[in-house]
Amino acid sequence: MSYSVFRLAREALRGQVGWKPAWRDAAPKPGYDAVVVGGGGHGLATAYYLAKEHGLANVAVLEKSWIGSGNAGRNTTIIRSNYLLPGNERFYEWSMKLWEGLEQELNYNTMVSQRGVLNLYHSDAQRDAYARRGNGMRLHGVDADLLDAAQVRARHPYLDFDNARFPIRGGLLQRRGGTARHDAVVWGYARGADRRGVDIVQNCEVVGIDVVNGKVRGVRTTRGDIVANKVALACAGNSSRVASLAGLRLPIESHVLQAFVSEAIKPLIDGVITFGAGHFYISQSDKGGLVFGGDIDGYSSYAQRGSLPVVEDVMEGGMAVLPMLGRLRVLRQWGGIMDMSMDGSPIIDRTPIAGLYLNAGWCYGGFKATPASGWCFAHLIAHDAPHPAGDAFRLDRFVTGAVLDEKGVGAQPNLH
Amino acid sequence: MRIPCPHCGERASEEFSYLGAADPLRPPPDATAEAWHAYVFLRDNPAGNLREFWHHVHGCRRWLIVTRDTRTHAIAACVDPRA
Ligand SMILES: Cc1cc2nc3c(=O)[nH]c(=O)nc-3n(C[C@H](O)[C@H](O)[C@H](O)COP(=O)(O)OP(=O)(O)OC[C@H]3O[C@@H](n4cnc5c(N)ncnc54)[C@H](O)[C@@H]3O)c2cc1C
Ligand SMILES: [Zn+2]
Repeated sequence: MSYSVFRLAREALRGQVGWKPAWRDAAPKPGYDAVVVGGGGHGLATAYYLAKEHGLANVAVLEKSWIGSGNAGRNTTIIRSNYLLPGNERFYEWSMKLWEGLEQELNYNTMVSQRGVLNLYHSDAQRDAYARRGNGMRLHGVDADLLDAAQVRARHPYLDFDNARFPIRGGLLQRRGGTARHDAVVWGYARGADRRGVDIVQNCEVVGIDVVNGKVRGVRTTRGDIVANKVALACAGNSSRVASLAGLRLPIESHVLQAFVSEAIKPLIDGVITFGAGHFYISQSDKGGLVFGGDIDGYSSYAQRGSLPVVEDVMEGGMAVLPMLGRLRVLRQWGGIMDMSMDGSPIIDRTPIAGLYLNAGWCYGGFKATPASGWCFAHLIAHDAPHPAGDAFRLDRFVTGAVLDEKGVGAQPNLH
Repeated sequence: MRIPCPHCGERASEEFSYLGAADPLRPPPDATAEAWHAYVFLRDNPAGNLREFWHHVHGCRRWLIVTRDTRTHAIAACVDPRA
């Protein structure tokens, strides 16, 4: 069923009874050409592009819970391509290009809203660092504008410009950045993959990976064994646990990141604003709630909830940049478990086991990567060779030393 | 979360700073590149008990090894490895 304004009008007149489920709730078959483990945004996008771009439709996505129950449904929905390092920037820009056409591509309203991502700077040194990053972006043909304080004030007059400790001196703006609707991205890719023949199997946890003579032969699941010569892991947050089923140890620690939503208010914040002196970022959802977050909790965790000291820290960051936040009530707060990689950058690569592919290490920034991650991972699985947009995300970069450390903090996952 | 420091007693986690898993042991300087790669980068990352380094920065300033369940944050042990 295709979605259109005519369809909407027709259903409105007929009492909305004609809508069909957007995808089948498939039962697992005994075997597939390829199995994708993890029904988050990345796994579903991978299956979609496998079917659409590579003609591989005998594919299943296996999800231990319901699709989008992990980080795909828990993130703060910020999309941007404002990285410094070439290996990252070309990938995230490809993702941004895919976002820009995603609604037409999927025939699904993913609510991509390019209202800008503004990183505030508070000192001369920070301005210089942002100017450098902006120039790096421009070298890749990506939009970047360095704003002074007056230009920021014109956009966001309510910020605390003359804060005694962290005065706002300006910001680096990516106008094409913004937000998208996270659940809709999951549902749109699920529907698109399903329509091309992919089985989306929910409540199906992978509990074993069969490896024979160094080659993957299939997976064992809570809904039976499945034979597949290609197994692709996209288990954000749980990558180490799932990879350990095949005897692999990864350069990853699992950490929790929290997010917060306030009560709904009238339109206030246009675009995304990030505080440069602490760690705080905020945007406003279409329902009116302010969506914000800050640092990760800082220690390894598989508990999908955060700790109170970090709640306090995030609120302090918010009050430092946007004092009027103090008048609002926080409605909800939650946490998601993410793979924090050793250099803060992701992995899309083959593994030492033939036919076993890894998509992991997305840290707190993998939502914006969803389209390009699926695109590059599908290419890798179909051709057994990396796609040029994602070929810096190699697993062996930790052996060779070619790490992608945007922040330059070293192998300390809780600091990335 | 509260951490029972063997020197200071039970204290709020904000008094401590975190390093990570305590089990990877530093190889000798002439160890192979693989051994160094494993030490610096690879982690078990278990869902369950993890032995990890915490520094009691705002207390006794000792490095401690805490055994904590990463699913519940229940702490099974906290010792000073040099004491
Ligand atoms: C609070 C928070 C805010 C964030 N904000 C942003 C943001 O603003 N912008 C941004 O770009 N990124 C953000 N991120 C990061 C982003 O959400 C993740 O990097 C991204 O969603 C990870 O990819 P995914 O969607 O495939 O993950 P997930 O949705 O987590 O998918 C992984 C799936 O694998 C499944 N799984 C795990 N183990 C198994 C198994 N054994 N068998 C079967 N299935 C299994 C899980 O149930 C899960 O559904 C945020 C993350 C959090 C937690
Ligand atoms: Zn102490």
